[in-house]
Amino acid sequence: MALELNNEYQYGFHDSEENYAFKSTRGLTKEIVLSISKMKNEPKWMTEFRLKALEIFYKKPMPKWGNTGLLAEIDFENIFYYVKSSEKQEKNWEDVPKEIKNTFDRLGIPEAERKFLAGVSAQYESEVVYHSLREDLKKLGVLFLDMDSGLREHPEIVKKYFATIIPSEDNKFAALNSAVWSGGSFIYVPPNTNVEIPLQAYFRINTENMGQFERTLIIADEGSSVHYIEGCTAPTYSSDSLHSAVVELIALKNAKIRYTTIQNWSKNVYNLVTKRAVAHEGAVVEWLDGNMGSKLTMKYPSIYLVGERAHGEVVSVALASGSDQHQDAGAKIVHAAPNTTSVITSKSISRNGGRATYRGLLKVHKGAFNVKSTVKCDALMLDEKSRSDTYPTMEIDEKGVQIEHEATVSKIEDEKLFYLMSRGLSEEQAKLMIVNGFMEPFVKELPMEYAVELNRLIELEMEGAVG
Amino acid sequence: MILEILGEGIIKMTELLKIENLYVKIDEKEILHGLNLQINSGEVHAVMGRNGSGKSTFSNTLMGHPAYKISSGQISFDKKAINDLKPNDRAKLGLFLGFQYPLSIPGVTVANFLRQANKALKGDSVSPRDFRKLLYEKMDDLEIEHAFATRYVNDGFSGGEKKRMEILQMAMLEPRLAILDEPDSGLDIDSLKLVAESINKYKQKNPLVAILLVTHYQRILDYIKPDKVHVFIDGNIVESGGPELALELEKKGYDWLTGKEAIKA
Ligand SMILES: Nc1ncnc2c1ncn2[C@@H]1O[C@H](COP(=O)(O)OP(=O)(O)O)[C@@H](O)[C@H]1O
Ligand SMILES: [Mg+2]
Repeated sequence: MALELNNEYQYGFHDSEENYAFKSTRGLTKEIVLSISKMKNEPKWMTEFRLKALEIFYKKPMPKWGNTGLLAEIDFENIFYYVKSSEKQEKNWEDVPKEIKNTFDRLGIPEAERKFLAGVSAQYESEVVYHSLREDLKKLGVLFLDMDSGLREHPEIVKKYFATIIPSEDNKFAALNSAVWSGGSFIYVPPNTNVEIPLQAYFRINTENMGQFERTLIIADEGSSVHYIEGCTAPTYSSDSLHSAVVELIALKNAKIRYTTIQNWSKNVYNLVTKRAVAHEGAVVEWLDGNMGSKLTMKYPSIYLVGERAHGEVVSVALASGSDQHQDAGAKIVHAAPNTTSVITSKSISRNGGRATYRGLLKVHKGAFNVKSTVKCDALMLDEKSRSDTYPTMEIDEKGVQIEHEATVSKIEDEKLFYLMSRGLSEEQAKLMIVNGFMEPFVKELPMEYAVELNRLIELEMEGAVG
Repeated sequence: MILEILGEGIIKMTELLKIENLYVKIDEKEILHGLNLQINSGEVHAVMGRNGSGKSTFSNTLMGHPAYKISSGQISFDKKAINDLKPNDRAKLGLFLGFQYPLSIPGVTVANFLRQANKALKGDSVSPRDFRKLLYEKMDDLEIEHAFATRYVNDGFSGGEKKRMEILQMAMLEPRLAILDEPDSGLDIDSLKLVAESINKYKQKNPLVAILLVTHYQRILDYIKPDKVHVFIDGNIVESGGPELALELEKKGYDWLTGKEAIKA
């Protein structure tokens, strides 16, 4: 019962680069870093931060784990590190350059904004080209800007938190991002303010061999809450692009942050992202991470529970489809305070030779009493060619912690297919139903519109799955 | 047309399912050795036999389970051979199998599952609202709480709940031939009555529906009156008769039939 891969990546189109405002030369030098900083008119501390990060990037070795073979193939000299598609950022879609607006129209962003979003940021290549936030949220003091504007308009907040959660030294790709970052979102939610409708950012790579290095910083002040959603796509090219973001979340006392990602990169994108959150006393952080597409994804959203009663949750799904795709994803939770709780739910599907890896770390520091944690990893393999590995690590330095751990690897059983087919479903429909059911714990957490979209994407990906 | 209604409720029965000289193997082991059986529309046939006598093999083969290979013989439905049809195509012709051991589909709700099955079989004619209304009605018949509509198919259901769910599926999908593989096993007497009443209700509403009821207890036949009873021993029908045969089996067991010749076409 071999599955046919549906090769049609529906977001694989690309636009002309004719009217671009700026495109760096290939490769990474000090001059490029300096010119990015200069073009953005940055304060001195940021220029220095970048240069220092560049040094770290040069010195740091590549990760020695994950898919080292694919990592070694990245040609850092062949990448464009900064590409500016448009001179300025707009508040009306009508003012966004036509080609770029067309792209976002095709991706359905303006429509989604009209229907159910409180704020939208649309990044095209290195810069955010469109940005909006509802007036009522502005009045409440909610800040939702692209990261560059955040730095310009709120330097005191940015300086206080920027790179405090993920220092440049963290890993080679965090260092790279720190040196050449551009775009991303900056969000600050004032105390006791609830942003009930999601804020969304959309990231689009258009240029071949482009490197996109957005930087996102979200601060939820005491007792506030916010839900941020990001989506990503890129055109299909024969040679590789690199997406390497850094995302830092700070949930202060009793605050709540939910961060949802639905990435659907084309198969030539390396997606190497560092995401980390800190949850203070009584705070809640949730990462919902949906990984589809890309050539290699390495991403392990982390949560440091540093205040008592903080709660962290990571729900991730990965779909690895085809022998040219590896989803190496997972989660990392650190319990550094008493009475903290966490849940990790990981679901991976591999098909048609695809490879899915779960890599997780659960750490309980000494002194973190009365910790409760549940880790559940399920892998579904749709055929014999596909591969699934699980690497759960636990470092427990305190006694009396309550940890539940469960890992399953399953196949679609013939008996189940027979059951569903006996009810009239074709083999393809039956498989899709089982896959959708498997993904349900993730999908049910999404806002309705995204759940529908995700199901549609899975369906497209599974099309032609006839045995 | 496969039948003519001759007025005054007299129905002329027409052949629905015909099995001729059916040999079935699983993993190279022959389980069914030359079965013959005909079921006309509107009839209720009971198949009885000990554990391991081949009843489920027979049921699964009729529905087109890929592991059960037909080495010779023919299955016809509406006088057309269906040996090579996939299970979903058989379902589209009107076959239904109530499983002896229903499977769970985590993450897929009963309502969604039935809606998609319904759509696959009948097209998308019913609105979601009407569909839900219909589903609730049928659930009421089986005393299944409405909350089950949003539970995942058979996931964490008790044995009895699974059995009732199979009958619910039958009632929703409206087959022309319902093959029910031990719909009574593991049921307490109250559940058994509910299941039997639901089957009867479906039958009364759709008098042309044929039912192949597989069981190894006589008990369910107190509620559902069969037209014919067949006894399975070692992969063959060795005896056929009316309802009285079931009572006889209840009294005498199966031993007196062991070693009897298979009934020929
Ligand atoms: N999937 C299977 N693999 C191997 N043997 C099977 C399988 N299914 C049934 N059999 C064998 O076929 C025979 C008949 O079984 P079955 O049809 O389940 O009988 P019943 O339903 O009457 O209890 C038994 O000997 C059983 O072990
Ligand atoms: Mg059986």
